[in-house]
Amino acid sequence: MALLEVNNLDVRFALRQGEVHALRDICFSLERGERLGIVGESGAGKSVAAFSLLNLIAKPGFIAGGTVTFDGQVLNRMSERGLRKVRGNRVSMIFQDPMMTLNPVLSIGEQMVECLKAHRRISSKEARAIALDKLQQVQIPSPETRLDQYPHELSGGMRQRIIIAIALLLDPDIIIADEPTTALDVTIQAEIMALLLDLCEQHNVGLILITHDLGVVSQVTQRMLVMYAGRVIEQGPTREIINDPQHPYTQGLINALPQMATPGEKLNQIRGSMPSLSNLPSGCAFHPRCDFINRADGQPRPACTQQVPEFVESGNCRVACHMVAEMLEDRRLKEETS
Amino acid sequence: MSTTNNSSQASASPSRWERLRDSYMWYSFKRDYTAQLCLAVFICMVIAAFASPLLAPTNPYDLSQIDIMSSELPPFWIDGADDRYALGTDAQGRDLWSVVLYGTRVSLLIGFGAVILQALIGVTFGLMAGYLGGRVDTILMRLADIQLSFSTLMVAIVVGALVKATMGSAFYSQYAVMMLILIIGLAEWPQYARTVRASVLAEKNKEYVDAARVMGLRSKRIMFRHVLPNTMSPIFVISTVQIANAIISEAALSFLGLGMPETHPSLGSLIKSGFDYIQSGSWWITLIPGAVLVVLVLSINLLGDWLRDVMNPRLYKG
Repeated sequence: MALLEVNNLDVRFALRQGEVHALRDICFSLERGERLGIVGESGAGKSVAAFSLLNLIAKPGFIAGGTVTFDGQVLNRMSERGLRKVRGNRVSMIFQDPMMTLNPVLSIGEQMVECLKAHRRISSKEARAIALDKLQQVQIPSPETRLDQYPHELSGGMRQRIIIAIALLLDPDIIIADEPTTALDVTIQAEIMALLLDLCEQHNVGLILITHDLGVVSQVTQRMLVMYAGRVIEQGPTREIINDPQHPYTQGLINALPQMATPGEKLNQIRGSMPSLSNLPSGCAFHPRCDFINRADGQPRPACTQQVPEFVESGNCRVACHMVAEMLEDRRLKEETS
Repeated sequence: MSTTNNSSQASASPSRWERLRDSYMWYSFKRDYTAQLCLAVFICMVIAAFASPLLAPTNPYDLSQIDIMSSELPPFWIDGADDRYALGTDAQGRDLWSVVLYGTRVSLLIGFGAVILQALIGVTFGLMAGYLGGRVDTILMRLADIQLSFSTLMVAIVVGALVKATMGSAFYSQYAVMMLILIIGLAEWPQYARTVRASVLAEKNKEYVDAARVMGLRSKRIMFRHVLPNTMSPIFVISTVQIANAIISEAALSFLGLGMPETHPSLGSLIKSGFDYIQSGSWWITLIPGAVLVVLVLSINLLGDWLRDVMNPRLYKG
């Protein structure tokens, strides 16, 4: 059994206008030491997914169904007390904006010691020694002085290093990194990503990387999920998805990369924008933006607008698309007849 | 090796004093003469009040030192003044300078005590209401609304009447300071609760709170150690206003006879005791404690104004 298993996770928000389905039927698993990427546009539900893994969805959101199983324990049926033992200790999280994640009024040392003491019975002195060791691991210059400094005295890159050090403090099994480099400078981004990858490999820590940077995903992760409007639409080994995307949305994402455009021309963007979760289109949520809803004979495929696509296995990947399903069916028929 | 290490550390992390000297607060204080004057006046008054047993020539609480024959003597600049009583005497023959010193001490004690009580109740309730939200929020804030709809005066009358009825009025006068702290503290806590709740609501959605939850910290710890320190500046600012208000409330209650007894006067009861003699020409018995009260409250309020300007980042002109 995998270290982390997510089955049919379903998250809703009870709003005045009625219930909004933020996540539907999310299924994935993560082995020890494996690195998984979650990509998608803003609003696809990536961050909600990250928070719901630790059962930290704030009201009015709630987990309406499905299970998150970590190391044999079902996290979304656990007591708050039991969850606290998992959070920070076995699964930790890195947030997007290092300017906001550290408490401005506590020194770095205080924040690190506090986290350690919340989970282990150790003296402040021992905690400080561990904190110092972790700061050295993230290669921060003069780590002793950092312990007594406040977040405002440090640069963005240094703060993100400290946040990584905090995430590693208790030697977790999994780190969830929610767009860890979005708020940083491009040059710093590469450094931080390399550091994170390095540390995960060294300590055999699993990583769930949430990002919209396909480049980072392809360099760092072994498997990936593509999310659209609260659903996973394609998942599989990262290399296969990047090299041979099947879902029209994934194809669109990869085509939209600047290096895919012809010099001097506009970038190939996906037309339209993500639908509101409270007002999803019928059938496949992507169909209003999809270029492939017409069949080979030029007629629109009725299933696309009427029926939510099921996952089909295509090679090592799973894709939720009527067009792909049809192609696979055609190929199977051809093989049978020949 | 160790010395170089120490010196590099010292230069990298400045001491508390250096931090204060380099802060915007100190910078602004150095340029604000009103704030300097107010702080000087306030500190002098606090020192004088708490050193009153040393500074006062007589002890107004000691009945053997009071001579009824020397009552209503005018202050030194008016004919008929007695050298022993620089600011004159009150209707009972107490040295006015001494009673004002002792009275200021009582007023300050009640002011600070009441504000500490208000802050304890108000900050705890405000934090809980803001952070926990939902039903806790509704209950605590409705409680605050109910509390605010009673005036301080009404709380004082009710508590005073209850205590006097059950324990006797001798008990009440003996513990009058405690009683007033309790009354003013209970009557005004919603001010804190509302202010704290408002800033907690703003802080609660910041990422560092999520980060603390992800770390697996308890709600209580997040509330008091992470959120509370970030709501300190509005708490400081309203504290100055609340101290001034508490001192005025106490004076008003004492003036109405609901506060300190005349044997143990505060500034308010001094004003009251002199009020009966204004018609007979002894205006100083009321006016001198009145002036002290005004100066005290004014200096606290002006200090509060300065603090508000310093701590409000929108007015920050660095």
